[in-house]
Amino acid sequence: MLKTDVVVIGAGAVGCAIARELSKYQVQVIVVDKNDDIGGDASKSNSAIIHTGYDAAPGTLESELVVAANPMFSQLVKELDIPFEEIGAILPAITQEQFDQLPAIKEKAFKNRVYDIEYLTKEEILAMEPNINPEVKAGLYIPRESIIDPFIYVQALAENANENGVDFLLNTKVTGIQVENQKIKGVETTGGTIETKYVINAAALYCDEIAAMVGKNEYKVVARRGEFFILDKNTSCQVKHIVLPIPTKVTKGKLMCPTIHGNMLVGPTAEDLEDKTDKSVTAAGLESIIADVKRLVPNVNVRDTITQYSGLRPNRNPEGLHVDVYDDVAGYVNLSGVRSTGLTLSVSMGVYIAQLLMKCGLNLVYKEDFKNTRQGINIFHQMTAGEQEAIIRENPRYGNIICRCETITEGEILDAIRRPLGARSMDAVKRRVRAGMGRCQSGFCGPKVLEILAEELSIPVEQINKNIGGSYMVSGKMK
Amino acid sequence: MYEVTCDVAIIGGGPAGLSAAVAAKKEGAEKVLIIERDKNIGGILQQCIHPGFGLSYFKQELTGPEYAGRFGEEALKLGVEVLRDSMVLEIDPGNQMIVCVSSENGMTKVTADSIVLAMGCREKTRANIRIPGTRPAGIYTAGAAQRLVNRQNIMVGKNVVILGSGDIGMIMARRMSLEGAKVLAVIEIMDFLAGLTRNKVQCLDDFGIPLKLSHTITGIVGNERVEGVYVAQVDENKKPRKETEEFIACDTLLLSVGLLPENELTRKAQISISDVTNGPDVNQYMQTSIPSVFACGNVVHVNDLVDNVTVESMQAGKHAARYAMDKISDNPKEIQCVTGNNVRYLCPQRLRLDDQGKVKLFFRVLAPEADVRLQAKSNGRIIAVKKERLVNPGEMCSIQIPVGELDSDVVVEVIKEAVF
Repeated sequence: MLKTDVVVIGAGAVGCAIARELSKYQVQVIVVDKNDDIGGDASKSNSAIIHTGYDAAPGTLESELVVAANPMFSQLVKELDIPFEEIGAILPAITQEQFDQLPAIKEKAFKNRVYDIEYLTKEEILAMEPNINPEVKAGLYIPRESIIDPFIYVQALAENANENGVDFLLNTKVTGIQVENQKIKGVETTGGTIETKYVINAAALYCDEIAAMVGKNEYKVVARRGEFFILDKNTSCQVKHIVLPIPTKVTKGKLMCPTIHGNMLVGPTAEDLEDKTDKSVTAAGLESIIADVKRLVPNVNVRDTITQYSGLRPNRNPEGLHVDVYDDVAGYVNLSGVRSTGLTLSVSMGVYIAQLLMKCGLNLVYKEDFKNTRQGINIFHQMTAGEQEAIIRENPRYGNIICRCETITEGEILDAIRRPLGARSMDAVKRRVRAGMGRCQSGFCGPKVLEILAEELSIPVEQINKNIGGSYMVSGKMK
Repeated sequence: MYEVTCDVAIIGGGPAGLSAAVAAKKEGAEKVLIIERDKNIGGILQQCIHPGFGLSYFKQELTGPEYAGRFGEEALKLGVEVLRDSMVLEIDPGNQMIVCVSSENGMTKVTADSIVLAMGCREKTRANIRIPGTRPAGIYTAGAAQRLVNRQNIMVGKNVVILGSGDIGMIMARRMSLEGAKVLAVIEIMDFLAGLTRNKVQCLDDFGIPLKLSHTITGIVGNERVEGVYVAQVDENKKPRKETEEFIACDTLLLSVGLLPENELTRKAQISISDVTNGPDVNQYMQTSIPSVFACGNVVHVNDLVDNVTVESMQAGKHAARYAMDKISDNPKEIQCVTGNNVRYLCPQRLRLDDQGKVKLFFRVLAPEADVRLQAKSNGRIIAVKKERLVNPGEMCSIQIPVGELDSDVVVEVIKEAVF
C-alpha cells in the first residue's frame, strides 16, 4: 500500500501550486487526478489572466489571496520559465451608466489595496488602444493585470514539484476517504489505497463530491460555463491590453485581450449548468460574445476565429471562496468556491495551505536541497538564428518543422513527450508546445503528431487519445 | 548557415511548383530550385490516389500521383533541383532571399533572382464555420483524413457524416466507403453542390450516399469521441429550422467546407493580397505586387481542377525565368480586370499592356445560372463572348481575351441568354 504524508486531490492550478509549495519541505506528497494529464479542467480553459484583485469583495479570503498572489508572479515566472506579461487592463466607460460607476470601481480597488489604479481620459484610452469604441467617455487603467500561459503555468508547477519529490498519480480517481477516530487515515482510489494523515481537496468542479466522502455536504458546485473565441494572430483588429467591460444592468459584458502567444481572446459567457461535463460551445453563446465585444471593440473580426472553447467555473452555492478544516475530520482541508480568480490565487493558496497544515500539526521542515527552478521546453521559433543553427546541429530533429502554423519542431514535441509528467495525448502535446494550436487547428500536424506519439509511447495509433480516456483519435491501421 | 544560390526559387513542390519549374527550365533559366517541406515532391496530389486528373491537360484520366509524377519526372530530367524536408520560414524579396530549415542542412539561406510562390492552400476548420457543440475526438478535415487513410494507412472511423459537398469531401465519402466505413450523409448548407457534378455522380450516387442540400450541422455530441451530430434544414437566410432537426449517430465527422490559400509567408513579405481570393493579386504573368515574386496554383486562388493550375503555373514559371534573365520590364502600364454581373472574382486581376498575347481569364460565379453568355468588355466594347449551358460556383469558368489593343479596364460579366 502507498503511504504518504499529504494527498492533494486535483492536479489543476491550485492542486499543483499547493504541491509545489509543499515540495519545499521534508514531507511526502502525492497528487491524485482523474485525468490523464496535469492541468485539470478549469485550469486549462479560462481567460488566462493574472488578476490584481481590484474588483474582489473587500475583506474576503478571495480578496486577501488574489491581492497577495499578483506580486508573487514576477519572481515565480522567472524561476519556472513561464510565459507571462504584465500588459495592464483598461476599463473603458462607453455609456453614461458605465461612466457613473468609475468612482465606485476605484473605491473598491482602493479597499482591496490596489492603489495603482488610474483614471484615463478618452484621448489617453484611444491613444493606448485605437480600436476601442470611439464613443468611450473615460476609463480606468490597472497596470498590473497580466496574461500568462495557463497550461505552462500548471505544467511548470507540477514538473518542479515532481523534481522536488512529489509523486503524481494521473488517470486515478478518488473513490473514498477513510476516517478513523475523527482523523484522516487514507484515500481510496482506482489505483489502490493511499495511507495518509492529511488530505487536501482541490477537486474544483468535483470538490462537493469529495467533501461528501467525509460526510460534509455544506455546499454544491454548479458548473458555470464560459465560452470563448480565439482569433488568428494576424486578425486585422487587435488590442494590446486586457480590455475589460464595466458591467451594466443588462449585461456583465465580455472582455478582449491578447493571449501570451499573440492571438486575440474574446469572451466569456456565464451560464449555470446542471451537467459538470458539458463543455459545448453554443450558437447563442457565440452570438452574445460577438454582440458584447463589438460594444467595446467595434471592429473585432470574428471571422478570424481559429477556435472556440468553453470552460467550466466551479461555482459554489452558496457563493464565496472557502478553505475549511473540521474538528471531526482532522487532517482534512476542504477548498471550495475557487472560481475565475483561481489561476491567480493558486500561488498564494499554496503558501496559505502550507501554513494551515502547520497549524493542523504537520511538521514542515524546509528542504535544504529544494530546487526552485525549472527549465521549460526550448522554443525553436523564439531562438536567434545562431541558437537555431546550434540546436539543429546538436539534434537534427529541431530542423524538422511539424506544426507549420506555430513553427513547432519535432525536437520540441519529443521533449514534451519525454520530460517528467510528459504528454500522453494529442491535447497534452498541444498544451505543452502549441502544435495544433494555430490557424489550421492540427489539420497539417495532427497526423504527424499522432504517429510521433504512437512511436514514442510504443503503442498502436488507435490507443492514442485526443485527451481523456475514450477519446481515441483513429479506429486503427488498415489491413 | 548553409547557402544556396539559384535563378528561380519555387516554394512548394506540388502540381503548381512542379509545372512552374518545368516551364522555367524550358524558358532557359539555368538553376531552378524547388523548396519542398515534404520528403517527396507531388504535394497534396500524393494523397489523391483517385483518378480524374489530367482530363483537360493530357486528355487522359490519371490518378493524382500519376499526374504529379509526369511533371516531377520531367522536372528532374530537366535538371530542376529540390531541397526536400525543408520548411520556408521567411521570404525577403528586397534581399532576394528565402530562409528555410531542414534537419539535413539546418538553417538555409536561398538567394534567387526571382521567386515563385506555390504553397497551395489549407482547409477551413470547424472553428471557421463555428459549429456548436462539444469538442470530442473524431472531427477531421477531409484532407487530413485523406492523408491518414491514403498515406499513413490509418482508418479514422467507422460511421461517418461529411459536412460540405466540396470535392475532397465527396472523394473521401467514396474512399471511406471502399474501406468499409459507413458514410451516412453528406450535408451541404447551400442549395447547390459545392464541388464538381461528376464527383457527386461517381462518389455519392454510385455508393448510395444521401446528399442533403440546404442542411447544416447544428450540434456535435460526445465528450470523448463523436457520438453523433444534429442536422437541420436551413431557411433562405441559412438559419437552421429547429423543427427539422434530426440526430444522426456517428463516430466521425469530416469537414469539407472550403479551402484557404496559404499566404502567411506572402503577407509577411508585404505582398498585396486580394480580399476575395485571399491570395496575392497577379497579372497575366502571375506576377505579384512585388515584381520579382510570382505566384501560381491554389496559393493564388482555389482551383477545382489541377489542369487549370498547370496552365497558370506554366505562365508563372516561364515569366519568373524571364524576370531572372532580365527579359521583363519593371513598372509596365497595367489595366484592371473588373468583376461584372454574377462574377465573384477574376484571375489574373491585372493585365500588363506590354504583352500583345491572348490571356485566359479564370473566374468564379457567385450563383448557379443556366443558359448564359460570358462576356468581356472594355471601353463599352465587347471583346470576347462565350456561351455556357450552366455555370456554378463550384466549377471554374474561363474566357480568353486579346490584350492587344486594350487601353482601359476589362469587365467580365455573366448575362442570361434569352431562351427561345
